[in-house]
Amino acid sequence: MWLVFLHLFHKRETIQYPEEKVKLFPRWRGRIVLTKDPDGGERCVGCYLCAAACPVDCIALQATEDENGRRYPEFFRINFSRCIFCGFCEEACPTYAIQLIPDFEMGEYNRQNLVFEKEDLLINSEGKYPGYNFYKVAGIDAGIKGKGQGENELPAVDTKSLLP
Amino acid sequence: MPTIFIDNLPYEVKEGKNLLETCLSLGFDLPYFCWHPAMGSVGACRQCAVKIFKDENDSTGRIMMSCMEAVKEGLRLSIADPTARAFRKQNIEWLMTNHPHDCPVCDEGGSCHLQDMTVMTGHDYRRYTFKKRTHVNQYLGPLLNHEMNRCIQCYRCVRFYREYAGGTDLNVFGAHHHVYFGREKDGVLESPFSGNLAEVCPTGVFTDKTLKQHYTRKWDLTSAPSICQHCSMGCNIIAGERYGKLRCIVNRYNSDVNGYFICDKGRYGYEFVNSVSRIAEPLIRNQPVEAVNETALMRHLEGLVTQFPLVGIGSPRASMESNFALMELVGKENFFQGTNDDQAYLERRMVEMLQQDGLPGVSLKAIENADAVLILGEDIWNTAPMMALAVRQSVMKTAADQAVQQSSLANWHDAAIKELVQDKKGFLANITVADAPLNKLATISAQDCPDNIARLGFAIAQVLHPVLPPVSGIPENDLQKIQLIATALQKAERPVIITGSSSCSETVIKAAYNIVQSLRATGKDAGISFVFPECNSMGLALMNVPSLENALERIRTNSDCTVIVLENDIFRHIVPEKADMFLSRCKHLVVMDSLHNRTTEKAHVLIPSATFAEADGTLVNNEGRAQHYYQVYMPFNPHIKESWKWLDKIKKLKTPSAGRSALHPDECLAELESVLPQFENITGVMPSHQFRINGQSIPREPHRYSGRTAMRAHIAVSEAKPLQDGDSPLTYTMEGYPGIPPESLTPFFWSPGWNSGQAVNKYQQETGGALRNENPGVMLFKHNKDHIGKFITDYPDPFTPIPGKYLLLPQHQLFGSEEMSAYSETLSELIPDMVIALSGNDAKTLGVTDGAMIAIEKNEFSYPLPLKIRNDLKSGIVLVPAGYQAMPYFPWGSWVKLRV
Repeated sequence: MWLVFLHLFHKRETIQYPEEKVKLFPRWRGRIVLTKDPDGGERCVGCYLCAAACPVDCIALQATEDENGRRYPEFFRINFSRCIFCGFCEEACPTYAIQLIPDFEMGEYNRQNLVFEKEDLLINSEGKYPGYNFYKVAGIDAGIKGKGQGENELPAVDTKSLLP
Repeated sequence: MPTIFIDNLPYEVKEGKNLLETCLSLGFDLPYFCWHPAMGSVGACRQCAVKIFKDENDSTGRIMMSCMEAVKEGLRLSIADPTARAFRKQNIEWLMTNHPHDCPVCDEGGSCHLQDMTVMTGHDYRRYTFKKRTHVNQYLGPLLNHEMNRCIQCYRCVRFYREYAGGTDLNVFGAHHHVYFGREKDGVLESPFSGNLAEVCPTGVFTDKTLKQHYTRKWDLTSAPSICQHCSMGCNIIAGERYGKLRCIVNRYNSDVNGYFICDKGRYGYEFVNSVSRIAEPLIRNQPVEAVNETALMRHLEGLVTQFPLVGIGSPRASMESNFALMELVGKENFFQGTNDDQAYLERRMVEMLQQDGLPGVSLKAIENADAVLILGEDIWNTAPMMALAVRQSVMKTAADQAVQQSSLANWHDAAIKELVQDKKGFLANITVADAPLNKLATISAQDCPDNIARLGFAIAQVLHPVLPPVSGIPENDLQKIQLIATALQKAERPVIITGSSSCSETVIKAAYNIVQSLRATGKDAGISFVFPECNSMGLALMNVPSLENALERIRTNSDCTVIVLENDIFRHIVPEKADMFLSRCKHLVVMDSLHNRTTEKAHVLIPSATFAEADGTLVNNEGRAQHYYQVYMPFNPHIKESWKWLDKIKKLKTPSAGRSALHPDECLAELESVLPQFENITGVMPSHQFRINGQSIPREPHRYSGRTAMRAHIAVSEAKPLQDGDSPLTYTMEGYPGIPPESLTPFFWSPGWNSGQAVNKYQQETGGALRNENPGVMLFKHNKDHIGKFITDYPDPFTPIPGKYLLLPQHQLFGSEEMSAYSETLSELIPDMVIALSGNDAKTLGVTDGAMIAIEKNEFSYPLPLKIRNDLKSGIVLVPAGYQAMPYFPWGSWVKLRV
């Protein structure tokens, strides 16, 4: 009883949510978003790795291409009523496109509203990993840089030359 | 059987193989790039290094390329040796120095041999900090995407394209690490086997361009074992689906039929399944609302099938199950082949020759192993491309075998053998109506009219078997040819004669028959291969029912009938007036098909039927091999059903008390077998639909299949029960038996660490050999070795042109002549122009030049086409493309007039 009484004078652990917000750290794994690259383009290239990594198979997408050959998702759907926020998708993502952000306030009365489409997921920000644009380091020409014009690339080979 | 020691353990292995294939056959994981079981070793990539020891006391050993070393008694090697492992890892690291950071956007990812091998060797982080070399890509046509940066210089593409498939327009350019694999300049790849580059290339340099339009990773595909529907060869394929659309076709290895490759028509012809002009709903025409549901349709049909006599028109492109279900519904006396009289007669003759006269029909594999090939009157390059590829292998292999016999080389020593062979070739005689691409390979080639081809054939048979009456009046310059061909066939151990129905001539088939019988009479193990026009022509011909003209006659006498047309465009088989007459006279016309065509336009009742991807079915290929194809996916549209299921429902309307409950394909086949004894054993094509392994079904989806809980979440967030049809031991889920299923039920090739199609080596008894528990289909003909049928002695007269008239013959085109693949948007880009071909002499007589419009006329029929003069044609023949969508059926094989 004495112990209980003493606790009256301790600092309170309970916070008055929702009036008072929870302090969440940047690496907290909450709502999933799709980010954009520094040039404002969609980062997701539709590689399907997040979908393959997802242990509850709650990500479905379809890749498509624009006229320059840039891959992007035609649709990108996450069923949050199945998501377990494990973060495997973020780990698997080769382009930093899919990220888990510190937000958990997703309660819904209707389960159907937990199905997020691409327009619900896409944010106008680079998220946690600024400065990365996959198409600048990839080998393909998707309208971002020509062949041999990337940072780590030699100029395109002239096949007619036999010089070393 | 020599014993070799791998990491100090003894193994009994097969002689004459190289160490790489031996290790792979034993189940070891040894990385490789340039070696391919169908193409042999060149030792170019240096990836399959192992350590070989002199004897058991040698602990130093030396690093050797396992693909270049032969198996020797007592040989000791180590795969696990640290130096060998380090060598393989280092080699990949070097290959990867220039490999781009592309995997997320590369179509090969997830089924990439380079990925698999990199993981296998353990190379993970890039240490090379310098820049990567880059290449500019080329446009290679609508079938293949080119991304040269990804190349690892294994040379497989040019070895396949130039040496295996005989293409000339893909080559390697440049030097050192600048080598470039492509064309001299941008352009469409010419070879009809170019699509195989997507599978042959171990990385993503060449990828399937049609897949790119709706890209899906291999692990996300719902796949099923299937059979190609675009010619009579019956190549085995794997079809993959995602989100209700068919995504791609890849080769399914079958050691007897197609081996490792398929042609472009088979690979890219699938797009018709996704076509927007698919028939989506049952239609009852001439009523205010034409689209109806199943109940209304059945109510309507009930009247039609119970109150009127029935007539059924079968189809050479529908499965055995569907054709049989229709026959059961209408009764055998009311069931007609969907092909015209002439065609049905030719097919019937070919079937009789195989069935009764004991002709030994041979598989594609046997053609590959033949040592002399004679083609009579069939343009196999266009009507059966995989057979042309097999003939090419026969020609190359015969030359290689002869070279090998004179040296100590093993037959897998590809580069060395090529050096030895130079441009020597095996024997091929190609006697066709028009010049054909195979002539480049042929020892003897000639172009002539069908009757003269037949006379040539009869004369060859006469030389081989002098008891036969001589053929009189053979031109002097042909005599030498005849002698050469006869001698070559006599010398050969495994000669094969190829012919078919595309020259529209019975005499050609008879001549081929005589040659094979005379070879057999002299004790030769000769084989024959007949080319049929469509994927199930053989199956339909085996049913032995009257032709389409007989149905016409029936309708003429009694038009008060309900005619049911099964997956058949009548306009492709008879001339338009007759087809129109037939269709307009039917009191009720019920048509079942998957796509709209000229016949469905006339239908009173139209029923949507499933394509091969949405159906189970059995096809009989040109050698009488029955093979089953499995449903790849259940269409979202509930109206689309297999024709045999629709017909079964209709049959229940007609005889509700019949109590026939055959709803599964295996039960349909059992019934077929009991009704038509010529289909004996056909049930062996597939295991019972209740077949399970350890109580488990076989999953159509790989265990990494993604998106199960999100794919349909936008429609309803609660996941529906997985689809079930119960027609086969395959399920539409990723759950089930995880091991290697029986061969004919293999929905995809995958093995731990082997995600690409190269995983097939884990499914084979030995690399390049038969699959484990292989069921390469059921052969419906039993070849009786001792029975040699009667010889044919009614030789045709020599061809004499009739002044003012021309013999009309079909020019089959690889793309465009076959009905369903012509609906494929990608292939339609490659369809050659519609032209009428005449010899130079005939053009001179008519006083016309290239491009002039010439009308073909017969009775009231007239059709104008631009002229192309071909000097390879004989006078008196006119060649017109066959089977084009926009063109009517021509009276092939008849004499027509030409109007300028």
